[in-house]
Amino acid sequence: MRGLQIEAGGAAILHRLDLTLARGEILGLIGESGAGKSTAGLAALGYARPGTRIAAGRVELDGEDILALPEAARRRLRGARLAYVAQSAAAAFNPAHRLIDQHAELAVIHGRDPQSARQDAVALYARLGLPDPGRFGERSPHQVSGGQLQRAMLAMAMACRPDVVVFDEPTTALDVTTQLEVLIAIRDVVKAAGNAAIYISHDLAVVAQLADRIMVLRHGRLVEEGPTAALLSRPREDYTRQLIAPRRLQKPAAAGGGAVLAVSGVSVSYGTTRALDNVSLSLPRGTTLAVVGESGSGKSTLARVVTGLRAPDAGTVEFDGRALPPTLRRRSVDTLRRLQMIYQSPDSALNPHQTVAEAIGRPLQVYVGLKGKAQRARAVELMRRIELDEGLLDRLPGQLSGGQKQRVCIARALAAEPDFLVCDEITSALDPLVAGSVLELLLRLQRELGLSLLFITHDIATVGAIADAVVVMHRGRIVERGTRDDVLSRPQEAYTKALLAAVPQMAPTWLDSVLAGRNGGPAPPV
Amino acid sequence: MVRELIRRPARPMGPLAGLVARRLALGLLTLFVVSVIIFLGVSLLPGDVATELLGQSATPATVAALRHSLGLDQPLVARYGLWLGGILQGDFGTSLANGRPIGHLVAARFGNTIFLASVAALISVPLSVGLGLLAALYRGSLLDRTINALTLVSISFPEFFLAYILIVILSMQAGLLPSLATLNEGMGLAEQLHRIALPALTLTLVVIAHMMRMTRASILGVLASPFIEMARLKGASPARVIVRHALPNAWSPIINVIVLNLAYLVVGVVVVEVVFVYPGLGQLMVDSVQKRDIPVVQACSLLFAATFVGLNLTADLLSMLANPRLRHAR
Repeated sequence: MRGLQIEAGGAAILHRLDLTLARGEILGLIGESGAGKSTAGLAALGYARPGTRIAAGRVELDGEDILALPEAARRRLRGARLAYVAQSAAAAFNPAHRLIDQHAELAVIHGRDPQSARQDAVALYARLGLPDPGRFGERSPHQVSGGQLQRAMLAMAMACRPDVVVFDEPTTALDVTTQLEVLIAIRDVVKAAGNAAIYISHDLAVVAQLADRIMVLRHGRLVEEGPTAALLSRPREDYTRQLIAPRRLQKPAAAGGGAVLAVSGVSVSYGTTRALDNVSLSLPRGTTLAVVGESGSGKSTLARVVTGLRAPDAGTVEFDGRALPPTLRRRSVDTLRRLQMIYQSPDSALNPHQTVAEAIGRPLQVYVGLKGKAQRARAVELMRRIELDEGLLDRLPGQLSGGQKQRVCIARALAAEPDFLVCDEITSALDPLVAGSVLELLLRLQRELGLSLLFITHDIATVGAIADAVVVMHRGRIVERGTRDDVLSRPQEAYTKALLAAVPQMAPTWLDSVLAGRNGGPAPPV
Repeated sequence: MVRELIRRPARPMGPLAGLVARRLALGLLTLFVVSVIIFLGVSLLPGDVATELLGQSATPATVAALRHSLGLDQPLVARYGLWLGGILQGDFGTSLANGRPIGHLVAARFGNTIFLASVAALISVPLSVGLGLLAALYRGSLLDRTINALTLVSISFPEFFLAYILIVILSMQAGLLPSLATLNEGMGLAEQLHRIALPALTLTLVVIAHMMRMTRASILGVLASPFIEMARLKGASPARVIVRHALPNAWSPIINVIVLNLAYLVVGVVVVEVVFVYPGLGQLMVDSVQKRDIPVVQACSLLFAATFVGLNLTADLLSMLANPRLRHAR
């Protein structure tokens, strides 16, 4: 790619990017969301998303500019010589067709033999460790798990033995233990096929396991580029340095007072599925309890029970020594005020048609009774608390960045003057650096206001940063509990150990050591 | 009861069979409620059938005698029971106007209505889905805008106006097609089709816009999905993307609109039938209302309602079948 400039609505989202990929090389593209990574990856296939346009530059494949080709000729390259693996396999597979039909479709499109493509698919499924490879493809996308689907998509990308595969955050939507399996599969297949690849991710540790060379992008521009080992050990730019070693937040352990929240024997079922099975925990006042687990472990259901969004089938929730009514409707306004919730996605948690002032003003009016000027003054004060400019008060959520939106959600929760916050994956949708600053803010607020936090997350690094105590959940049960240091440094249960071991480490040799550990070698250092 | 029906999970049958069974039960319930409403509604019409029938010769004694022979002196509930019981056994009663069994009368007319509706549907459904696909494929182009504009024009005219315009152009000026759609016994199929060409064309023009627009909108809605981008990145051509990847996921709303329009073709054709003097059920109903032939009106209403409920039921079932998550359970 030479001098690639891509624009959306007149604004450049990629500034004159140069990118070269040698045959057989894996190039890592890294950066926060909005950095132009995906745009660059798609441009490698000569594709621009609707609303964007390739304004200048060339994309050469073996010396031929594919942007100069007619659309039909570009289509013949896509899928055949240039393949793409999307972030969410669940969304990228057509729900109406069986997996193997979608695999064999590539053969149909590119005029090859569909029957041998099917046999090839089965061989690939087997190689990728998918269950019952002979019949796996007969299933529809919704019938298999996320990790299996991502591997099926990897198989589909390899169907025509392409020269270049673009991986667009292929493991971001997966749990850590699943991510590990998919990473191993990707490396195995790509190394065996010997094709070139562009691997896009915001997670430097993941990219480090696969890439020969890494390019760091920010705001559509190249920040730094270099061979993986050199870039990790001797970064030249500050931004890269921050990505490699995010400031380690370490919260001093807090003793806390008596239990502000006590959950005892709570069970919840959805249909025949047990989401929570006899869960008990207690949270000392002024401390943070992290609830860790992968998707489907029941973490979010626990949050819904505590906030009263879902009545438990059995068990009780005590708040400040008194049993809470199971449903929201029967809780007093004062209880609602004291117990606030912050959600994972600030995009969907904020009404897009309400300004920041309106979003924060509503709880101020309902819970505190502030109106007019007094409400505005308090909103300004809250904005200062969350380190945002008060000028943003009259903006709509659409005009704010992801980190700013999550801060507004925090301010909205604080407006009720709560003493207990339930935080459900509040940093998962944010880029690492932004997430770090939001956590920092939350820690400071906890110190200043004496808040108690129930912090739900799947991210182990986040746990280390903010938790006093940790419970690990797996399939609706608590499998391990203890202080932060005990659980993270001296895990007792096999599941906790597996979870911790699956967290990618920055060292490029991490994946090798995990594999070596599996093949009977010494256990990997964690 | 309805809530019970909706909520109760039917495990042993599997999710799809359970859903189908519940939907069927709901359909029957709806039909029952509709029959009550029709019966009550017609009973509440002003005027007394016996007085109306006897006309000049109505004396209190003759009226009472006729009321008794018609069963009108019995309580409402009993009359409803008799009426429904008869219908369940296939007996719609006898016409007050000419004393013939309603079953025969209605069957022939209903057959005619269904014939006309089927012909119109066979033309309009493939045509509108095809045009919708074309419009989606070439969205924003001259073709797209032409299809949109023409179908909008055809839906904007009242149907009788469309019918008269077609008669003037195709029948009176060009002399291609007959303007009267009367059917006789012993006509061959080709002749029948020739006779009903104009009403079928009119109906097609009336219903095409709605279905075509829904097809286009539904396809365009699906086109924003990630799996469409994936299909494009696999090198699929635009036509393949639309037909193979978008359409199977766009069926549900399209099916609903198609079936609504099919129901209209059966139930809403009264005006067109009158214009073309077509011997369908709608015309029979209009005539019977004028003659105060209450049992015939009731029978026609019930048939129309049953068609409507039945077609909507079909739409629901087809939508379920169009959903791969329901078709292939986990």
